[in-house]
Amino acid sequence: MTTLVWIVLPYLCLAVFVAGHVWRWRHDQFGWTTHTSQLLENRLLRLASPLFHLGALGVIGGHAMGLVVPASLTEKIGISEHLYHLTAVWGGTVTGAMLVAGLALLIARRFVNGRVRRVTTTMDKVLYTALAVMVALGMTATVGTNLLGEGYDYRETIAVWFRGIFWFQPDPALMSGAPLVYQLHAIGGFLLLALWPFTRLVHVWSAPLAYLWRPYVVYRARRGAVPAAQPTPAAVRDRAHLPISSGRA
Amino acid sequence: MKIRAQVAMVMNLDKCIGCHTCSVTCKQTWTNRDGTEYVWFNNVETKPGIGYPKHYEDQDRWHGGWQLDDKGRLKLRSGGRLKRLSRLFANPDLPSIDDYYEPATFDKDILVNAPAGLKDTPVKRPHSALTGEPMAVTWGANWEDSLGGAHEHAGGDPNIARMPSEAAAKVKFEFEKTFMFHLPRICEHCLNPACVSACPSGAMYKREEDGIVLVDQDRCRGWRMCVSACPYKKVYVNHTTGKAEKCTFCFPRIEAGQPTICSETCVGRLRYLGIVLYDEDAVLAAASVADERDLLDAQRAVFLDPADPAVRQAAREAGMPPDWLDAAERSPVWRLISEYQVALPLHPEYRTLPMVWYIPPLSPVLDAVGQAGRDDTDADDVFHTIRDLRIPVEYLAELFTAGDVEAVAGVLMKLAAMRSYMRARTLDGTVATDLLDGIGMTADQVEAMYRLLAVAKYDERYVIPVAHTKDAAALEAQAAAHPDCALDCAGGPGMTTEATVQSFHLVDGDEVRPGRPGLLSRRADGRRGLTINPLRGRS
Ligand code: HEM
Ligand code: SF4
Ligand code: SF4
Ligand code: SF4
Repeated sequence: MTTLVWIVLPYLCLAVFVAGHVWRWRHDQFGWTTHTSQLLENRLLRLASPLFHLGALGVIGGHAMGLVVPASLTEKIGISEHLYHLTAVWGGTVTGAMLVAGLALLIARRFVNGRVRRVTTTMDKVLYTALAVMVALGMTATVGTNLLGEGYDYRETIAVWFRGIFWFQPDPALMSGAPLVYQLHAIGGFLLLALWPFTRLVHVWSAPLAYLWRPYVVYRARRGAVPAAQPTPAAVRDRAHLPISSGRA
Repeated sequence: MKIRAQVAMVMNLDKCIGCHTCSVTCKQTWTNRDGTEYVWFNNVETKPGIGYPKHYEDQDRWHGGWQLDDKGRLKLRSGGRLKRLSRLFANPDLPSIDDYYEPATFDKDILVNAPAGLKDTPVKRPHSALTGEPMAVTWGANWEDSLGGAHEHAGGDPNIARMPSEAAAKVKFEFEKTFMFHLPRICEHCLNPACVSACPSGAMYKREEDGIVLVDQDRCRGWRMCVSACPYKKVYVNHTTGKAEKCTFCFPRIEAGQPTICSETCVGRLRYLGIVLYDEDAVLAAASVADERDLLDAQRAVFLDPADPAVRQAAREAGMPPDWLDAAERSPVWRLISEYQVALPLHPEYRTLPMVWYIPPLSPVLDAVGQAGRDDTDADDVFHTIRDLRIPVEYLAELFTAGDVEAVAGVLMKLAAMRSYMRARTLDGTVATDLLDGIGMTADQVEAMYRLLAVAKYDERYVIPVAHTKDAAALEAQAAAHPDCALDCAGGPGMTTEATVQSFHLVDGDEVRPGRPGLLSRRADGRRGLTINPLRGRS
């Protein structure tokens, strides 16, 4: 069981993540978009979207710090465990709060505004549910356990297991001892990655940084075949007046 | 110098009757789909009026187009690149659908399915195309048709707001009595397109061969910056696909040498299509001249004279096919813009170098002549009205010359003089040389201009060379450089018609991908989502 959940499932999800993106790119670049709905509803989005996105980018950055950077490294460059903990908890709480507020507003917007509700696809609903569950679990872990509760040092367990996945030697034993919210959050995280390529989240990979250094006006040569010249209406009319025997086609 | 050709359009506003045929045929061709109900690649608005979308010309509000910064450098009015990226999450300048109008549809089934014997006649009601709910129709693509509601709204016309206050007050209060005309608008296919420059993903581009500005549907990521950056508001969000769409200049038709749908079907026959040659390297400088009133001349100066041997030589060396050079020489657009100088760009002050130009309408002036108790067939009276009674002229100047009244008056004088000259010629055969001297044109020129404006036939109004594949163009240029080259013999590779293929393609450089029904493929309405296809695997 532990092997299944802490080894097979992550690899399966990562495989779907990679294969899904390849498939989506090859078959549905037309659908590869933020799917903006600002045209339909402006007021709420102007508040909700920046809140949500800044929160999400902060939270993703925080995860990268916590999971990817080993504790020994932060220690080595002189960041004490206490200082790290403070930044992580408070940074996590603030960006998390933005994320929660933004996500709540975005979801509410999809309920209260009939125009946006109508363009909400099944995939959107699945995505919002997944995001909401993930955020709820994550906030419970950060606020419930680390801020108010007795605290849990995931950097010695979860982070090590997570990095192990990429070295192909994950240790499931590290996870089985973790608190339940952390376990669920980790599983949910991988499931979200598996869902990623099939949702509008693909827009994240298209963040247009190249815009900063390309020339303003883009010129492109026409590719592909060109259509044959078409006769003018006068030519069509004149030909229609020819007797059939003259070879009019 | 980098010579390029641009397919351009001129519209003669005096002839527009506001029938919207152009809008409707364009819509039938390009935007009769889910998500584009509110989109009119071609719209016709009544001026004075606030337009479609509402107040689109008010750039203090929408921040469209370009402006000069403190150092005189050209920058997008909505800010630099970093600022634009920082506003990706929510675009503060994006019009909402209410700034266009809420599209409606009618429940006509009620009429068809009404049971027999009803006491009251069944009535179909408008329903929102966005929510399906019943709605009241309170705005549309040309709600102000023929000044409808102008007493309430037209005071908000941004062009009136910019006029000198005395004249503006007069337009406002004497509205119905003063003047009106129709303004058909399509994408301008600008030489310095703000939409392309603001597109973060580089999905929008200007075609090298003919200057048509397009959105690559596979590369658009829905950042919707082009929509707000276009000062003419001629890029639209398709709210079903989440991507930007715009007027295509009917490129599959242009490539085949045919006029655009809106031109082909124009009832007033007021549209002219042709190519102009221009120097790409001169575009930036022309868009950056300091004084807005110099923009008109600067834009004219970007065009190259297709009859000039030096230009022709340079064009040939750049690989431009000979038939394109000939078409440039016969181009009605070139004649109206540069030779007769009667066509003017719409809002040159946006600095995008628009490529759809307009012959300003003389009719508002003629109406004013009548109202002032003068004789609208008398050239002197018309000239005096243009000079003294400046109301329509000042308004036209806001539209076409960045407020330069003299420039617009000059064009109107030419049109009025042509009218009087031809009247005299037709009625009693006199040649009114004094009129010619006044506008600095020769009799031949005025008569040729009259012919082009009044009686030109289909192939004089539309001079569109067919597109070439790249190789064919190069080969042809080579063939022209060596007249006895065997390549252009009948059937040889230099034969342009042989090198073209009989097929329209919808997306530039795209292959046709037959729909692959799958669990997550696009539904028939264009939306992405789970689809369970019962036929899957059976066909
Ligand atoms: C990397 C930079 C990112 C950029 C530039 C970006 C940009 C955008 C834009 C322009 C929209 C469309 C908003 C609208 O007009 O309706 C959007 C929507 C959305 N983005 Fe992002 N995004 C980024 C990263 C992310 C990340 C990291 C996530 C989450 C993990 C995310 C999740 C979403 C969601 C869920 C929506 C839909 C909002 C709604 O309409 O309800 N984005 N994003
Ligand atoms: S008018 Fe057309 S080409 Fe010009 S900025 Fe607008 S959309 Fe772009
Ligand atoms: S050129 Fe074609 S796409 Fe553009 S407005 Fe005219 S008909 Fe519509
Ligand atoms: S079809 Fe021609 S005359 Fe009719 S509204 Fe359009 S531009 Fe004007």
